[in-house]
Amino acid sequence: MTTSAIEAEGLVRTFGKVRALDGIDMVAREGTVFGLLGPNGAGKTTAIRVLSTLIRPDSGRASVGGYDVVRQPGQVRRLIGLTGQYAAVDELLSGQENLYMLGRLLGYPASDARGRAMELLGAFDLADAATKVVKTYSGGMRRRLDLAASLVGRPRFLYLDEPTTGLDPRSRLELWRMIRGLVADGTTVLLTTQYLEEADRLADEIVVIDHGRVIAAGTPQQLKTRVGGQVLQARPADPADLAATERILAAFAGDDGTHSDGQLVTVRINDHAALGQVIRRLDDEGIAVDDLSLRRSSLDEVFLAITGHLAEADLEAGEMPERSTA
Amino acid sequence: MSATTLAPTGRANVLRNTLTIARRNLLHIKSDPEQLVGMTIQPLMFLVLFVYVFGGAIAGSSREYLQFALPGILVQGIAFTPFTTALGLNVDFQRGLIDRFRSLPIARSAVIGGRVAADGVRVLWGELILVGFGVLLGFRFGGGAAGAVGAFLLVAAFGVTMCWPMAFIGVTARSPEAVNTWGFMIILPLTFASSVFARPETMPGWLQAFVSVNPITSVVDATRGLMLGGPVGEPLIESVIWLAAIQAVFVPLAIASYRRRT
Repeated sequence: MTTSAIEAEGLVRTFGKVRALDGIDMVAREGTVFGLLGPNGAGKTTAIRVLSTLIRPDSGRASVGGYDVVRQPGQVRRLIGLTGQYAAVDELLSGQENLYMLGRLLGYPASDARGRAMELLGAFDLADAATKVVKTYSGGMRRRLDLAASLVGRPRFLYLDEPTTGLDPRSRLELWRMIRGLVADGTTVLLTTQYLEEADRLADEIVVIDHGRVIAAGTPQQLKTRVGGQVLQARPADPADLAATERILAAFAGDDGTHSDGQLVTVRINDHAALGQVIRRLDDEGIAVDDLSLRRSSLDEVFLAITGHLAEADLEAGEMPERSTA
Repeated sequence: MSATTLAPTGRANVLRNTLTIARRNLLHIKSDPEQLVGMTIQPLMFLVLFVYVFGGAIAGSSREYLQFALPGILVQGIAFTPFTTALGLNVDFQRGLIDRFRSLPIARSAVIGGRVAADGVRVLWGELILVGFGVLLGFRFGGGAAGAVGAFLLVAAFGVTMCWPMAFIGVTARSPEAVNTWGFMIILPLTFASSVFARPETMPGWLQAFVSVNPITSVVDATRGLMLGGPVGEPLIESVIWLAAIQAVFVPLAIASYRRRT
């Protein structure tokens, strides 16, 4: 078996006039976290649905663990665990009954299915709520149960479709910790997210997609370096100094100039000596700053630089549904 | 990796998968007791209202009307039971549960099959409740034990059969509201424009034409014959043909649309 666990080549899938996938290529290596990053409607969920045999591509091919998703869907289904965008657990069953049902469906004898359910409930901090009906669970608990549900069959490949969307920061950190634990145990994770920070924190490799196409690929590090340089930000103590601060920073700006949100001035720089000079000039003009920082570009900025639009803007527009109910 | 230790999904597992899903659907009654109210109180309400509100006017007395109406109301009540199949499947699609099931190495027919099996249990329950209550109100079997058992089985077969067109509606409708709209638009006229509540001879000619080809009329006439002890041959044969035809059309249709729906 090859070391490339999940492979896709020229995947195309249309829904009516919408080309949800417009020729996606990707290769995820075994034992890593592969991130599919993009705004709503980019085609992330469609890609996951093709790779989990839920829908067929119009053209192109994809394989998981060496099995073709169209010709050998049964084998693929044996290898994967899927956690959807909407927590797909049965609200009218208890956590334990949900996991027991899945264990039985996967062919475990009753006692093994019961044991596996208890084991997972313990591992995901749900043992106390095991016999409670899921509709009484909090959002974070549901998400943990959903993740546990996708692990009942000990899948080699775990697909996480926006696993932390809508979670509070604490639950998100908790889920991240659990995902890292799974990868440490050898699971290959395919993660979709619209949170750039999430991809940065979790993924070994990232493919950035927009309108069904791959627009960038590489490690988080490579993507950040590719957009170049660093980001310098200054927040003048007195808002009246904003224009002067902007003028000083503009002297070091690259092609895209400075950006001000009315309080904070941001500039992308390539010159490593810039920080010292900026401090001197601010000092010369007597401008006090509350905040002055130099850091590498965040993936947010990478996304903006590649696509020319912010991820959040699309997120609100929600321009095309990825799930068709027709 | 232990993923390879999972049991193969052969034909034996279709049955086991189906039973697992059926068990799940029946467990819902525990956490959603209103379902039990719907399965139990609603048909009884119908029986009491129709018998005591219209009985005197239609048949001269409630007692006489009960004899006539109970078999019909039994069939009508059971005709509505498969709404659970339709609504349940629709909600499972909406919630993403179907995605979970379809990403598992299980038989594709098991999810619908499990719904139908669970509704089969609800059908039996509904029959027992309605007939039992009818007997308490004074209904008397005129067709003997064999007739009673035959009627019970025929209505059960009818209920299970009706699950398949309802499953088709549940899979193809866009929302639970749409399921309700379509379901009522089809089931309500079918049950009323039949021999459930009144004798077709009392209806205008154009309606009689519809009533006489309505499969529910055949099932009601056969059930009535079996329960009261009257002629059953022709309506029974018609019923069996109808039920077989409905299954022949809607079992493959429901499963095909389940596979196709994205």
